[in-house]
Amino acid sequence: MADRSRRAESRRAAVIGGNRIPFGRAGGHYAKASNQDMLTVALDGLVARFGLRDERLGEVAGGAVLKHSRDRDLTRESVLGSRLSPATPAYDVQQACGTGLETAVLVANKIALGQIESGIAAGVDSVSDAPVSLNDELRRVLMELNHARSLGDRLAALAKLRPGQIVPDLPRNAEPRTGLSMGEHAAITAAEWEIGRAEQDELAVASHRNLAAAYDRGFFDDLVTPYLGLSRDATLRPDASVEAMAKLKPVFGGTEGTMTAGNSTPLSDGASAVLLGSDEWARERGLPVLAHLVDAETAAVDYVHGGEGLLMAPAYAVPRLLARQGLTLRDFDFYEIHEAFASTVLATLAAWEDKGFCTERLGLDAPLGPIDRTRLNVVGSSLAAGHPFAATGGRIVATLAKQLAEKGSGRGLISICAAGGQGVVAILEAA
Amino acid sequence: MSGTGNARTSSDWYRMLAGGRIGGPLTRQLGLPRPAQLRRYRPGQPLTDGPVLVATAGSGKLADHVLTLPEVDQVVEPDARLGALVLDATGLNTLHELSVARELLGSGVRRLRPCGRVLVLAGTPEQAGDITAAATRQALDGLIRSVAKELRDGATANLVQVSTEAAPADTDSTVRFLLSARSAYVDGQVVRVGAAGSAGGGSPDADAGSPPHTGRVVVVTGSARGIGAAIAEVFARDGATVVCLDVPTQGEALAATANRIGGLALQLDITTPDAADRLSEYVTGRLGGVDVIVHNAGITRDKLLVNMDDTRWNSVLAVNLRAQLDLNAALLAPETPLRTGGRIVSVSSTSGIAGNRGQTNYAASKAGIIGMVRALAPRAAGQGITVNAVAPGFIETEMTTAMPFGTREAGRRINSLHQGGEPVDVAETVAWLAEPGSGGVTGQVVRVCGQSLLGA
Repeated sequence: MADRSRRAESRRAAVIGGNRIPFGRAGGHYAKASNQDMLTVALDGLVARFGLRDERLGEVAGGAVLKHSRDRDLTRESVLGSRLSPATPAYDVQQACGTGLETAVLVANKIALGQIESGIAAGVDSVSDAPVSLNDELRRVLMELNHARSLGDRLAALAKLRPGQIVPDLPRNAEPRTGLSMGEHAAITAAEWEIGRAEQDELAVASHRNLAAAYDRGFFDDLVTPYLGLSRDATLRPDASVEAMAKLKPVFGGTEGTMTAGNSTPLSDGASAVLLGSDEWARERGLPVLAHLVDAETAAVDYVHGGEGLLMAPAYAVPRLLARQGLTLRDFDFYEIHEAFASTVLATLAAWEDKGFCTERLGLDAPLGPIDRTRLNVVGSSLAAGHPFAATGGRIVATLAKQLAEKGSGRGLISICAAGGQGVVAILEAA
Repeated sequence: MSGTGNARTSSDWYRMLAGGRIGGPLTRQLGLPRPAQLRRYRPGQPLTDGPVLVATAGSGKLADHVLTLPEVDQVVEPDARLGALVLDATGLNTLHELSVARELLGSGVRRLRPCGRVLVLAGTPEQAGDITAAATRQALDGLIRSVAKELRDGATANLVQVSTEAAPADTDSTVRFLLSARSAYVDGQVVRVGAAGSAGGGSPDADAGSPPHTGRVVVVTGSARGIGAAIAEVFARDGATVVCLDVPTQGEALAATANRIGGLALQLDITTPDAADRLSEYVTGRLGGVDVIVHNAGITRDKLLVNMDDTRWNSVLAVNLRAQLDLNAALLAPETPLRTGGRIVSVSSTSGIAGNRGQTNYAASKAGIIGMVRALAPRAAGQGITVNAVAPGFIETEMTTAMPFGTREAGRRINSLHQGGEPVDVAETVAWLAEPGSGGVTGQVVRVCGQSLLGA
């Protein structure tokens, strides 16, 4: 109870607004844009939307999942390239696909504690401009050469060069500890939870339809700024249909698999940024408060030896967050569950409805129960928009905050699964 | 980035040639047009490039007032070359007095420096005491327009018709504008000034040193690039908080413009049914209201009338005219976010005055704007709001760069200044109409065309 009262006294961070660039298809519109380019332009779009030129903010927290070695302090470099005051501090965060939401939690917490009055949470990722590293053997030879002091040592080092060392190290979309790709992991979970092909396809179609409808009604007018000729997400298919989806061949889980290119998120490029601040800071500048970030929770599961699915951590994080807030799963007006794969969303929902999972794994007395599916990802999610890993959190925070502001009341739940068996979840409330 | 007035370098090769060491004498010998490098406004610049001679034909009522303007550098040396000639012809009622005016103008024009200004202040013909006076006042119209065509080296001539109700100070913002480098491409125009009333007139008093739009909120539609971006830039330079508005697809350029000038980017399609509500909500919530709206957004979808389809016609009319009508209705409604002393300035076009082949839709929309402005001005006067339009002629933008060579060259030369205007020329004119001191100017259509032969 002491904890409770202390929390009640602390202020909540306001979500003022967001900006992202439309998400591009890998190798598409942003093929020549770097993470720093995209993050800088996302920040500048936010600056333009909220009149923040030359403004010194409390901090900018940002990150990327796929990073070049040159992207040391990527976020600080992006701030320096942006129209924000160069006196705005910045730091990088990395927590796989949870990065974007985690930055929002970090900035919001500092605001809640009164350490800062304003900040930006940001994320960016590019699979088109992914880091290709030097062959590890070649790298060792070169390091040895660098450290060699005598001519003899240098020649000895050079003698170790081999033609095969020209082959570079490519980044792999695989878990280092299992060697399995994320899709293969998700396919295992989908099979465990007996998630059918049809329901995955339906979820994917709904995502496309919802996102297209939201664009059509101007919902994203103050959330997205076009970039390099792209004004809507490149992977969005407004005419997506279950019939067309059903024709696609499985790409994960073998020939009997249920997961296709249609119901799995495409590899994408993009960046997002969210402006957070105290209510007073927003009021002084005439800026809107769309919602408040109430609380957040991060969980991790042992997918290596513990028999849990790689992307199932949010299923653990949410009940812990609900318990702390004294809420049930039904107490939400909007559910923003990141669509890494349609099957991931469905497996998570199935787990919360499952008595065995909820009692044995979560240690609850009863299942969390079903949710009202009409409140799930109502303006589309990653299957349609795409998923530049670290940019997804910012997309969802700003999107949910605006939905809550449009409704004028209520509460929304964000759930994001991440590689490494992690999950970040958060609650927003209408202002 | 698109050209935005100050920043762009002109691509007018002919003007460069005619101003050069070889091309100069050559064009003079051949009697070819000799476009001058126009003097344009820079902050801190003197009002005129040289002293101002203020003369009176008959019994003028404004000469003494003009001389009280602190920026007016009065002639002291009798033979000095002139930065400007101001002729107070407000007392002009007879043909004899008209002849005196002609003499004064003739001797003054001879002494005019490059990019000099001829400005005649007169009464309105309708308010003349008798028929001869009305005829005399109207005669000035033809006289000045002809003088404008005879002037060389970037000099301009304009006529201001001042109503009897107008206080002398109500003319200040207009006199300043037409004498200054801000009116570089405004030539051969007739502007009317009435009593400012609640719409605001006179000179800025307490904050005489601060720029004219300090503390005001200005919305500029279509301001991602081109003329709109230049308008936004000029308002920001003059102290305003500028909301740069454009369609979402122009968002990247819009954000760049907003960040360059330190303004706000608002992505909004003004043709959507809820656009007016969204704009009202935005300016009220974020900025507490709005002082100026500049209707600059416009599109072209050219096609000869016989080939004109519904899509081309409707889209042009929707953006260029219907959206303005809807936004104005919302801004002037009760509980309006447009404050007293507010300004509505629309960007029309000389195509709307003269017509243009292949532009039935565009010209209709731009002429419609003129009708709207004239009808709305008296209605908005009660709220202390003025409504005006500018009609740009050939302005150097991305659009004109894309024109075929012949069309572009013809467009550039068929005006008294023998060159195209810059986006900033339109912007300065819009900013003048929107000034707090321009309350006496309403229902006007001011062409920014270098006195183009089109729509003259």
